Amino acid sequence: MADATLIKDQVESQALDDEIASGGEDVYVAPPWKLMWWRFRKHKMAMISAVILILAYLTAAFCEFVAPYDPDMPFIQYKYAPPTKIHIRDAEGRFRAPFVYQTTRGIDPVTAQPTYTEETTTRYTIQLFAEGPAYKLLGLIPAKTHLFGIPAAGEKQGVFVVGADRLGRDVFSRIAFGARLSLSLGLVGVLLSLVLGVLLGGISGYFGGWIDTAVQRTIEFIRTIPTIPLWMTLSAALPADWPVERVYFGITVILSLVGWTFMARVVRGRFLAMREEDFVLAARLNGARELRIIVRHMVPSFLSYIIAALTLAIPGMILAETGLSFLGLGLRPPAISWGVLLQEAMNLRSLVLSPWVLAPGLAVVISVLAFNFVGDGMRDAADPYSR
Amino acid sequence: MFAYIARRVLLMIPTLFLVSIISFIAIQLPPGDYLTSYVAGLRTMGENIEQESIDALRERYGLGEPIYVQYTKWMSGILLRGDWGQSMEWQKPVKELIGERILLTVILSLVSLLVSWFIAIPVGVYSATHQYSIPDYIMSIISFVGVGVPGFLLALIVMYFAQTQLNMNVGGLFSEKYINAPWSLDRVIDMAKHLWIPVLILAVEGTAGGIRTTRANLLDELNKPYVELARAKGLNEWKLIWKYPVRIALNPFFSTVGWSLASLISGATLISVVLSLQTTGPMQLRALTSQDMYLAGSFLLILSVLTVIGTLVSDILLAWVDPRIRLEK
Repeated sequence: MADATLIKDQVESQALDDEIASGGEDVYVAPPWKLMWWRFRKHKMAMISAVILILAYLTAAFCEFVAPYDPDMPFIQYKYAPPTKIHIRDAEGRFRAPFVYQTTRGIDPVTAQPTYTEETTTRYTIQLFAEGPAYKLLGLIPAKTHLFGIPAAGEKQGVFVVGADRLGRDVFSRIAFGARLSLSLGLVGVLLSLVLGVLLGGISGYFGGWIDTAVQRTIEFIRTIPTIPLWMTLSAALPADWPVERVYFGITVILSLVGWTFMARVVRGRFLAMREEDFVLAARLNGARELRIIVRHMVPSFLSYIIAALTLAIPGMILAETGLSFLGLGLRPPAISWGVLLQEAMNLRSLVLSPWVLAPGLAVVISVLAFNFVGDGMRDAADPYSR
Repeated sequence: MFAYIARRVLLMIPTLFLVSIISFIAIQLPPGDYLTSYVAGLRTMGENIEQESIDALRERYGLGEPIYVQYTKWMSGILLRGDWGQSMEWQKPVKELIGERILLTVILSLVSLLVSWFIAIPVGVYSATHQYSIPDYIMSIISFVGVGVPGFLLALIVMYFAQTQLNMNVGGLFSEKYINAPWSLDRVIDMAKHLWIPVLILAVEGTAGGIRTTRANLLDELNKPYVELARAKGLNEWKLIWKYPVRIALNPFFSTVGWSLASLISGATLISVVLSLQTTGPMQLRALTSQDMYLAGSFLLILSVLTVIGTLVSDILLAWVDPRIRLEK
């Protein structure tokens, strides 16, 4: 008990880093996962990125709640509306809770493009947990509360934090909904690659010999084929009348067909290094069966490497899905993913009139960077016993 | 050296065979018999095609016969007669359609590769030799962002600014008057004027990755005793760095040239769709959406074969430069 409180105090103390560096006593008694956590915590960018990712996945899970509007709902009077300006200071210079002004739509007489002007006479305060369109939380619980919004009476005025697209749909709501498919596809794709990768990489690294050569040649071969042309060809073969879920699964499988090679390399490398370790030899001399050696002794000691490699593989999956859907060969409308949303930007008129249709791209970049940083942090922390 | 080259060339044969099989599978993938759907498509558009020419096409591709017969017919057509099949959509032999586009894709990818090395190597070396300096941090941040921003998004952003700020159209690789003109010096100059924008966009990702690789590898090398020794002997620092550790640090760089080429061609596909360049990307996309499979399959085959050959060339160059590889058993 005394030890536990001691360690807890240590965790909270800033002197901990020096403790690790000097190889203090607690370091010797701490379990591996704790050492990893300590080391991961030192990687500031990774910590910030981890928080961002948790927020992003929460958004994906509860997108109906986070999005103020139905993503498919066109507000005809808000076509190409720019991001609604949110004020905290009114026309008289007084500070107020965040609010928006009534905007009126006009037509520019010269360019014939819609213009939006604010009327400082009418204010709508933005409310947290405002009531909005009805939905089912997680597909189960009926609810009407949204993270933020203007109360239902304000149908006259919308709040479009990143603007509206060419049909007047709220881009922010669409990004929030897109997170669900885009972010989950990264995870599912990577898990599928992991299964293939661990299987083939494990076999390759464990048995060696000609099996190893064959698997390695296959990996090299797959990596020489330019991925986008290959993925394009494969996903173009998915029947056009498939429902969203099936296309989603199809795309995941297609991406994993290449993705497993990266996993297999890591697994094989670890297996090769570990096969020669003393503890494996000891287990074998004790008469442990091969399966037990692998599952009980080898897997736990390289699990952390695999998790790090997995994290680093997710951005590739997200980028691939975005690219494919952007080309119109991945997920297709009415499915909403970040790539599908970026298709809007292919329309030059849309792009010029409403550059905020590129905002889903920002979501892609942020999540890709965040995964890269977290992955880097994990890789550094994966072997807590190294210096 | 010759033994090494011979072995590498021999190893390439099964790879090429596999590539051709994958492309063939791609051609076969769309459900149904594409000839039937093609004929049906023509008929709904009011055009009629004679039964004889349908039969001729059926015979030419061995449709209805076992899969391996179809494969052999397709492959022998390419290898023996240079016949890549017929593009259903364009009503032209595939060969006539793809030549220039393949060439332009290769030019775009190779120039981007060179540009990315040209920037990445000096910057990476500077970052490694000035570790934790302010420029090093700035470079690290830029290279992180470069890895995270997909090329096609960058292309969209460039297009937006060119369109709204400069009132300039950045699409295409040629001016109007050179699009269909035969190759001439003027056409090459015209292309160079248009090429630099896609080249820079395409090079960003490779450059960012390259900076990180160079920096990491060189940092590993700089701590080795031979560097210390050279320094102790009073060698000029600049000469020392560039002559020994940099050369070793760049090795993995060159040995993965095949993968870089593959990813450049991938990136080029997406970017050229955005910027509507006259490369393979837009045409392949169109072929795929209209299920013009011989055209689409040929692109996949040629692009893959080109990367395989690119890898071979780089391996041979690497072996020529580095005796450790050449003599490896």
